[in-house]
Amino acid sequence: MSAAGSEGAVRLTVNGDEHVVTPGTTVAGLVAGLGLEPRGVAVAVDGEVVTRRTWPDRPLRGGEHVEVLSIAQGG
Amino acid sequence: MAEPLRPDGHDTDAADLGEDPLVIAGETFRSRLILGTGGAPNLDELERALIASGTELTTVALRRVDPSAPGSLFDLLRRTGIRLLPNTAGCFTARDAVRTAQMGREALETDWVKLEVVADERTLLPDPVELLDATEQLVDDGFVVLAYTNDDPVLARRLEDAGVAAVMPLGAPIGSGMGIRNPYNLAIIREAAEVPIVLDAGIGTASDAALAMELGCDAVLLATAVTRARHPVTMAAAMRHAVEAGRLARRAGRIPRRLYAEASTSFEGLADLDTGG
Repeated sequence: MSAAGSEGAVRLTVNGDEHVVTPGTTVAGLVAGLGLEPRGVAVAVDGEVVTRRTWPDRPLRGGEHVEVLSIAQGG
Repeated sequence: MAEPLRPDGHDTDAADLGEDPLVIAGETFRSRLILGTGGAPNLDELERALIASGTELTTVALRRVDPSAPGSLFDLLRRTGIRLLPNTAGCFTARDAVRTAQMGREALETDWVKLEVVADERTLLPDPVELLDATEQLVDDGFVVLAYTNDDPVLARRLEDAGVAAVMPLGAPIGSGMGIRNPYNLAIIREAAEVPIVLDAGIGTASDAALAMELGCDAVLLATAVTRARHPVTMAAAMRHAVEAGRLARRAGRIPRRLYAEASTSFEGLADLDTGG
């Protein structure tokens, strides 16, 4: 991401990998930045589920662990 | 083999070939086969198997997004119109299962969850303590819980008391294809329960599914038996027929087993052809 290394860049862990976003990026922005349609996707930050309607209101902070899940084949 | 201990609420004299829907938490399904999506070799085969099975409810897991193939399973399933049932596969604790159920609710906008809380990777057997704990939390949180459980009549009763929408006892361990190892326990579970009983796990082939229905189960949930069959689409069709046949046989009321023969042809009026010689 272009913000990498810039002053104030927000460093996160997304699905176990390091990820950098610009300050003020929300959960909604992160999901869009990953190229995902919101439908069929769920997000947890530091183990707490973030409901979809609050995605635009939830800014991401440095050091947070984000899990972005979607459906997979399963019995 | 266990005999049904009582009719499952149906007047067998009135049982006909008409409507006989499965009802879970007020939702009606014409198919009594729930086909899981796990283990399919590819999405095309999965879609054709789902359609061949006639299922109206299918399970999915929740995993980290794969940006290389986003949404394709979701698109496929939406195209089929089959209702989705998120599961908590891979969870070993009530805490993880509750979180995963909440993620499933967010992802799929459904309160329904197939609750799985297993004890270890080798057996994948349900952990009864964690399962009951998770059930209580999820029911409190408004979930419709379909609980994958052991074939334990006491645990089944405890789950029903905790408010599950369906009790889903295993026939044998997940993916084992060992069939129904304890039909007697299933009969006891069926007899005591007021909620639907869904045989979940262990089915290997069509006769296992038919037997589950003959024992009085209200539905069968299976995945591996179809998705890992040599010809998944053909096996999906076999399972559809097996579940229907087993259900009809159950409603029809089977004859009792007996040690000796009972002639179906009357001896009355039998000719005496051994005279006059």
